[in-house]
Amino acid sequence: MTALLEVSGVTKSFDGFKAINDLSFNIGPAELRAVIGPNGAGKTTFMDIVTGKTRPDRGQVLWGERSVSLLKMSEAQIARAGIGRKFQRPTVFEDQTVADNLTMALKAPRGPFAVLRWKPSAKSANRVTALAGEVGLADRLARKAGELSHGQKQWLEIGMLLASAPRLLLVDEPAAGMTLAEREQTTTLLRRLAETRAVVVVEHDMDFVRRLNCKVTVLHQGAVLAEGSLDHVSANPEVIDVYLGR
Amino acid sequence: MLIRKHPSVLVFLSLLAIFTVAVTLMSEAYGSGVIATSTVKTLGKTLCLALAAVAMDLVWGYAGILSLGHMAFFALGGYMIGMWLMYARTGEIVAATLATAPIPPTPEELQQGITGQIFGVVGSADLPLTWTFAGSLPMQLLLVLAVPGLLAFLFGWLAFRSRVNGVYLSILTQAMTLALSLWLFQNDNGFRGNNGLSGLQNIPGLAEVPQAVISIWFLWASALLMAGGYLLATWLTAGKFGSVIRAIRDDETRVRFLGYPVEAYKLTVFTISAMICAAAGALYYPQAGIINPAELAPIASVYLAVWVAIGGRGRLYGAVIGAIVVSLLSSWFTGGRAPALDLGFARIEWVDWWQVLLGFGFVAVTLFAPRGLSSLIDVVARLRPPRRMGTDLGPDFSALREREAEA
Amino acid sequence: MRHLLLTLLMLLAPPAFAQDLASVLQTHRDQIEKPSRRTIAPVIEALAGAGPQAGPVLEAWADRRLGLSGERFVIVEGDRATDAVTGTPVLEEARLLKPNSGVRGLIGAALVQFQLADSDPARRAAALDAIARAPDDTHLAALRAAGDEPDPTLAARRARLERLLTIRFDRDPQARIAAIDTFSDDTGADLQAVLNPLLATTRIVAPKFPEGANVAADLTPGEYMPEDEAYRLLVDAGLAPARLAPEAQKLALAAHVVNGAVGGVPVAELSRPDRRDAAYDALAAAGLVPPAATAAQVERAVSAHRFADIYTEPDSGVTDAARGALRAMALRQGVMQAADLTLDALSLASIYFLAAIGLAITFGVMGVINMAHGEFIMMGAYTGYVVQTLIGGRTLSLVVALPSAFAVTFLAGVVLYRLVIRHLASRPLETLLATFGVSIALQQIAKNIFGTQARPLTAPAWLEGSVGWGEIVSISTIRIAIFGLALLFLCLFLWIMNRSRLGLEVRAVTQNPGMAASMGINPDRIAMLTFGLGSGIAGIAGVAIGLFAKVTSELGSDYIVQSFMTVVVGGVGNIWGTLAGAALIGFLQKGIEVMNPANTLAAQTWMILLIIIFIQFRPRGIMPTRGRAAEA
Repeated sequence: MTALLEVSGVTKSFDGFKAINDLSFNIGPAELRAVIGPNGAGKTTFMDIVTGKTRPDRGQVLWGERSVSLLKMSEAQIARAGIGRKFQRPTVFEDQTVADNLTMALKAPRGPFAVLRWKPSAKSANRVTALAGEVGLADRLARKAGELSHGQKQWLEIGMLLASAPRLLLVDEPAAGMTLAEREQTTTLLRRLAETRAVVVVEHDMDFVRRLNCKVTVLHQGAVLAEGSLDHVSANPEVIDVYLGR
Repeated sequence: MLIRKHPSVLVFLSLLAIFTVAVTLMSEAYGSGVIATSTVKTLGKTLCLALAAVAMDLVWGYAGILSLGHMAFFALGGYMIGMWLMYARTGEIVAATLATAPIPPTPEELQQGITGQIFGVVGSADLPLTWTFAGSLPMQLLLVLAVPGLLAFLFGWLAFRSRVNGVYLSILTQAMTLALSLWLFQNDNGFRGNNGLSGLQNIPGLAEVPQAVISIWFLWASALLMAGGYLLATWLTAGKFGSVIRAIRDDETRVRFLGYPVEAYKLTVFTISAMICAAAGALYYPQAGIINPAELAPIASVYLAVWVAIGGRGRLYGAVIGAIVVSLLSSWFTGGRAPALDLGFARIEWVDWWQVLLGFGFVAVTLFAPRGLSSLIDVVARLRPPRRMGTDLGPDFSALREREAEA
Repeated sequence: MRHLLLTLLMLLAPPAFAQDLASVLQTHRDQIEKPSRRTIAPVIEALAGAGPQAGPVLEAWADRRLGLSGERFVIVEGDRATDAVTGTPVLEEARLLKPNSGVRGLIGAALVQFQLADSDPARRAAALDAIARAPDDTHLAALRAAGDEPDPTLAARRARLERLLTIRFDRDPQARIAAIDTFSDDTGADLQAVLNPLLATTRIVAPKFPEGANVAADLTPGEYMPEDEAYRLLVDAGLAPARLAPEAQKLALAAHVVNGAVGGVPVAELSRPDRRDAAYDALAAAGLVPPAATAAQVERAVSAHRFADIYTEPDSGVTDAARGALRAMALRQGVMQAADLTLDALSLASIYFLAAIGLAITFGVMGVINMAHGEFIMMGAYTGYVVQTLIGGRTLSLVVALPSAFAVTFLAGVVLYRLVIRHLASRPLETLLATFGVSIALQQIAKNIFGTQARPLTAPAWLEGSVGWGEIVSISTIRIAIFGLALLFLCLFLWIMNRSRLGLEVRAVTQNPGMAASMGINPDRIAMLTFGLGSGIAGIAGVAIGLFAKVTSELGSDYIVQSFMTVVVGGVGNIWGTLAGAALIGFLQKGIEVMNPANTLAAQTWMILLIIIFIQFRPRGIMPTRGRAAEA
């Protein structure tokens, strides 16, 4: 199995503090992966590096079948290459309608002139309606996103991610602030998504990770401490040390 | 389609047409003469300023870039057209003078005569390189758009590329217009230093036509340009493009993660807006008659922002309302026609105190009516703001905030 | 003749006098009575050799105070007269002699040696001054002949003067070169005045170079000089006929219009240069106008001559030495000027620092750009002015002005914060615009109260001088004071931020307002105090700026853009960044001004452009906030 994303030997330090230290990480084209670790383990920085928000000091990040380096690409280029990111806090464009939010996220040419020429078609309208239906917002298409509830915003953001059809989805602490029922729903959705694409879930809620039932990568002090099934890593004495020793 | 989605465009265009026709019917040249020629010119100029405000609203209200240097583009447009006006007009005069000489002049002599007339005041005898195309109207018209557009493009490319934004960007744009005005102030740069370009109200080839008539022509041209600019701005902001730039204003980072090249969008909006401004300037200065580097002073651009803020940013008619109300009020107060206010212990002469009133009025609008004067229209149209439980519209500093969304 | 005189003077060293004064006077009485410039030299020379008593006589003669009373020479002093030889009072009427200026010049030269030997150092110094003012070749001999100089300062001056005169007047090139070489580390203007004339050139045009000419530059036409210019020189020297100027051609053509045509060319066609030439040629062929020089003729004439700049000074060794010395001098001057410039830049930087520090505090701590900052500076300056009109003593008024400016602007800052900025929290662009509204209002209010003309804010006398080293490096005391003030505020700021309770709370609020609030710190109060502090410093900067600039309502806006630049370039939230920004901008502005001294506008333009470009490479300033916070 060739890896979809291959991170090797990446190091990043902030003012001498090594947030990421010689980190290597692989994920296949259709795989669900949970990345866990205590606070300060480098989970967010890792996502930042993959999405191009932060440039590492050393190391390589290769993407896709042709192994393109992501390090020279801008955030927008990386996103267009097929890496989507879901932030912990729902970030939707609150001043615009749900339909506008979804339309913006639809897979289409992203350049300013292409967008200027872009006209809504029956197909795009159908796709927007379908997506809204999928995330349960079909009756709120014309409402401003700012009027939605917290949970609805989360779903709208997921809908937007689906609209751009990424090949790799980075999800930052999806369970935070969710009710038990919503967690259940989210777990199902993530597992369903992972059937057709790679999904990396960053989480430190062990319970939620157990529900996902997937391969787990444990980060500690910016490096991979252990990798394998949750049971496997939980048995690892070092991991226990890290989680309980603190 | 555009009009169906935005009924306000139709209202706006109708009002504009009614206004233009009404002024024409009351003018000295084509009507009853109730409105003096100087007032017609003021109205025409106000339309141009309103268009500049629309351009400003495009970058600030929609894309969230507070440019404090937009008048630089406005004035550059004026300079470009002013070069032709002055060159061609001086050419006519010089040709008329030389025609009485026994030997007909060579083209070179003609040009020397023109150069002497134009640049004698700054002690220069050579035609600067920048004036190469001054004799050709089509070229200068092209430059009206090209020069400010190119400047905006270069500046924007440099600034957006290095992700300068927020107040930093505002200060940089202010520095840009300051640098440009200082550059134009220098006598040896070919723009006649602080003398600027003058006599622009005399249109070459139309020496026989009275100013009363010309002023109406310019009013119509300004109204047409206003209409065109307004439509262009509406078209830009209405579709998906508008959706993206508003998204950039509210959360730049998020737009980037959606795969949109944010910098390219900002650059596009900034450049287009600069060109709209330049076109407005090219119609403004022939009506004003004179342009000099003081027009590029940073303060002028800040006033532009003030108009947009007072009118209400983020909606195009808001910018127009702001520009018209503030600039007409300003000329009324500073024109000495406003009655002085007697407070008993002191007399408020509005010529002196208008600026103070404007300054504090502006603070008041920013504080109490972030949506500006155009929010009155919302009251009339019974538009209600979304109920948002006190959160911000987006996480960026330039994003709209809860209170602004309240009408 | 003069040479002989010099040698004689040198031989006639005191005290061996050839003749005593009385006999000299008697021998040459006729000539002294009616002197002529051509013949008087030996007489003056004889007089000069007649011992120390001759000094006053010569002096009186030169001043037209020497008279004849019968047979005796008398010196007239006001309404008293004394015998020139014996010094006894003379009561008879005396007839004053009136030597002409040429003769007086010769006397004056001879007098120098007496003055140089005078017992009064002040007179000896005056003599040196007189020589330095209008040196001539006789002085050289006098200087060399003069005896030991007891005063070391005067001795050094005299030796220096002697060498300068050697360069100018000595006959021996070797001596002159040697004298030039002794000035290897000198930058005096007098030396320059001596060396520069040595390198004076004249431009010559001749078929070939004159014999033994000291050529400064061979100006081959087309290579070192445009052909046109070469030909113009030929025309000026009368070696070639003038070319036909277009204006002259036009006049000639206009004078020969016949039936709507000139030389067969219709007038209408004369708007083309080639038709004009054709018409003129036709006229010339008809003998109506002189023929114009053709291009071939011009070329031939130019190539037949040589063009060069020739030194007036014939000796090439001397010119070489002079050139070398001047070059070395220019280099030394450059170094001195660089030092002077560094001082200037430093003082400019401290002004910018003072103006920007308040802005940096409010921007750094609160993320708020206060557009009215410039007006706070102005307010401080006007406070200084008002205090000065109330309190007479300048020193006292300054001492009062500084704290009162701080108090006034602190209050203004607090009021601005309470009324405006607090309500626009975390909306920096709106804050920027609202404070801008305040700025226009304040500016206009100042204009309404104080009028548009500049108000003086005068510095106390002890701040008015300047401190300097050498002839070039100097700095006014007031700028040193401002530098000191800037330094003081830097220390004060560091102390407040790092050592005081307020600083601790400010830092806490900056880093995490929510956490700070839960620790019992009132972020609102801290922000208000910070804003007041920043505004107060602006007021003090206003007093400082007002001391050397005029106080007008536009004072603030003159500095505001530079202050913004300082903050932006330096990086936010770091006092050292502000310092670095101020230094960068101060040095940059001075540096550009030097490259283009005539045009301060251009200097400012370039500075702003450079800063815009700088921001490209360091978008967060010289000293950015680092770490994860900056990446967010």
